Amino acid sequence: MSVTTLSSPALAHRQPSWLIRLFDYKPFLIVMCLAPAIGLLAVFLTYPLGLGIWLAFTDTTIGRRGVFVGFENFQYLLTDPLWWNAVFYSVIYTGIATFGKFALGFWLALLLNNHFPFKSLLRAIILLPWIVPTVLSALAFWWIYDPQFSIISYLLVDVLHWRTSNVDFLGSPWPARFSLIAANIWRGIPFVAISLLAGLQTISPSLYEAAMLDGASAWQRFRYITFPMMMPILAIVMTFSIIFTFTDFQLVYAITRGGPVNSTHLLATLAFQRGIAGGELGEGAAIAVSMIPFLVFATLFSYFGLARRKWQQGESND
Amino acid sequence: MRNDITRRDALALGLSAAAIAATGAPANAQSAIKAADVPAPKLAIEKGATLRMLRPVRFVQADEDVFRANAAKFTKETGVEIKVDFVGWEDINQQTAVTSNSGAGPDIIIGFSDAPHIYVDKLVELTDVADYLGKKYGGWQNLAKAYGKKAKSDTWIGLPFGATAGPLIYRKSVLKSVGFDKAPEDPAGFLDLCKKLQKAGKPAGFALGNAVGDGNGFADWMMWSHNSSLLDEEGNVTINSKETIAALNYVKELYPTFIAGTPSWNDVSNNRAYSSQEIGLTANGVSLYFSLKNDPALAAIAEDSEHQLLPKFFAPISPMSGLTLNAMVFKHSQYPNAAKAFLLFMLEKDQYEPWLNANSGYWSQSLAAYADSAVWKGDPKVAIFKDTMNSTYYAGYKGPISTATGAVRADYVTVQMFASVATGAATPEAAAAEAEQRCKRYFRRQNR
Repeated sequence: MSVTTLSSPALAHRQPSWLIRLFDYKPFLIVMCLAPAIGLLAVFLTYPLGLGIWLAFTDTTIGRRGVFVGFENFQYLLTDPLWWNAVFYSVIYTGIATFGKFALGFWLALLLNNHFPFKSLLRAIILLPWIVPTVLSALAFWWIYDPQFSIISYLLVDVLHWRTSNVDFLGSPWPARFSLIAANIWRGIPFVAISLLAGLQTISPSLYEAAMLDGASAWQRFRYITFPMMMPILAIVMTFSIIFTFTDFQLVYAITRGGPVNSTHLLATLAFQRGIAGGELGEGAAIAVSMIPFLVFATLFSYFGLARRKWQQGESND
Repeated sequence: MRNDITRRDALALGLSAAAIAATGAPANAQSAIKAADVPAPKLAIEKGATLRMLRPVRFVQADEDVFRANAAKFTKETGVEIKVDFVGWEDINQQTAVTSNSGAGPDIIIGFSDAPHIYVDKLVELTDVADYLGKKYGGWQNLAKAYGKKAKSDTWIGLPFGATAGPLIYRKSVLKSVGFDKAPEDPAGFLDLCKKLQKAGKPAGFALGNAVGDGNGFADWMMWSHNSSLLDEEGNVTINSKETIAALNYVKELYPTFIAGTPSWNDVSNNRAYSSQEIGLTANGVSLYFSLKNDPALAAIAEDSEHQLLPKFFAPISPMSGLTLNAMVFKHSQYPNAAKAFLLFMLEKDQYEPWLNANSGYWSQSLAAYADSAVWKGDPKVAIFKDTMNSTYYAGYKGPISTATGAVRADYVTVQMFASVATGAATPEAAAAEAEQRCKRYFRRQNR
């Protein structure tokens, strides 16, 4: 008796092709699945960031290739009073605006978390400053702050007769700086308020019920339940808020272009003015790169500082 | 009776109406322009050529209408399709930079003043076209030569189309009420006028904010009228000079007479303040006058307004420069001859004169013969703009125009120098020293 081995379709199916075997190979599959994401990151994140960092070490200008100059751009910036001024104002702007946005945003979130008529409508209205294009709101503020046609001046001078002259919001450094901070706070409150409102709604009502049964006052409920429970989301929202505020560009550029006397330049607007308008791409890139340490520090501080477990569980709980 | 008006007829009617409305002179009026009989350069237009062009957005509608009609005429005569895009004034530099760096995009860009000097390595030489036009139309004006030619050479890298300037504009009745018929030409007299205007409640106002046109225009005037300059003829930075210090001290005295808020003014602020009768004196292009004249509610202000060249103070002539439209052809263009032919065509009198007239004096001619255009004979209040391009002052004066001269303006170095002294943020000496440091930074590579 002889046995012959026949190749049958069924048998062939049991021996998968090299391609199928390749895709069954786990390390290859992992690489293939990650490749699109890595590719996108490389093209849209790593390359621009890498190019920006490279440019910061060159003397490239618009229309002219540069050469590697090492730390020359950074050394110059350290001697440039305008860069120091931009650093100073960026920190002030971020600090005060973030504090303002969180104080008012948290307060607004607590109010919106209560039950009241037309709650949904009011929540939608609160979002308006956030959804209006920044340039549009900047133009509105520009009008509000106009030295001759400000609506605030009109009210104070012509309607209420509280002043005899218009308010010069943008004509001197400190009023201009605070005017921009106020505009940034107005624009940023909705983001903070809505984000924190979402956080507030995740806190179980049973916690408050238990606390009330124990006789906790409103402040104690806030201090020992709301605040610790909100810490994780506060940390995340604050991290984002600091990044958005520190890298703000549109509000300042549309309202003051860094004036008066260059007092309201943020690092982002100064980078643009030097790099694009002024054509010094290398120096502009160096200014932009100089923002990175501040951002990393601010992010680490807010994230790790505010996200500490101890804070979330009450100070006495180690 | 012929009643089949074609689209071309309608367009021609529209253009004539626009030109008459704007200038009081018909676009197709009998030309007074003298043209010499000069052979045109032989430009073999490439087969199948198509062109794309960018230019700054129009200030008066008729500018765009006539420009497009002229481009359509070129297409009809040569078969070369041309697409013209109008972009915002603030965007044209960025778009030129991208075109230049990427080596792709429009074949022709009309940029401003010193743009060809920034992208000189990427541009087609235009000497043949410029020489022909210069010989035919009485020669190029001073500013055209300054901005069109590569520094210290006879090589043309740009073809200037025209320039706009910002002379003084004031209320005649207001000046009269404080004892002046016009603004004095000497610094003490001008300061006296501004003090009196302030007392009369109609102060002067000049932009000291980061304003591209008006801020830089005021800073240039103050420097040049005190015989101060950014550079010497060799291109060395000379901004930190006793003349600059004198100019800064003068502005320190002048600034308190201004309306409040000028350090935050941008390019529209003085227009609005003047239109609303908050101020009695400022400096601006002809657009302000026309916006008043064409608004029935404000026409009386236009009637009471007068232009005057910027007072010269210590300078030999009024130190007023002009923002120049400057056309460039890029080397990456597949059809350089078609591009050159198009620019040549647009500057010929059959096209250029109607365009100049349609602009109501907003742009003044770059070629001398066009000084006889009808636009300068209509409204006497506009005639002052006729010689804008005859100015011997330019951005970067007295030095060679370069990338850095434009960068200094874009970075508002001189504007901020004056603003910091005016507001008391710096002494004149400190402000001039800081400006010098910044300028040297921009000019450090010019001689490499």
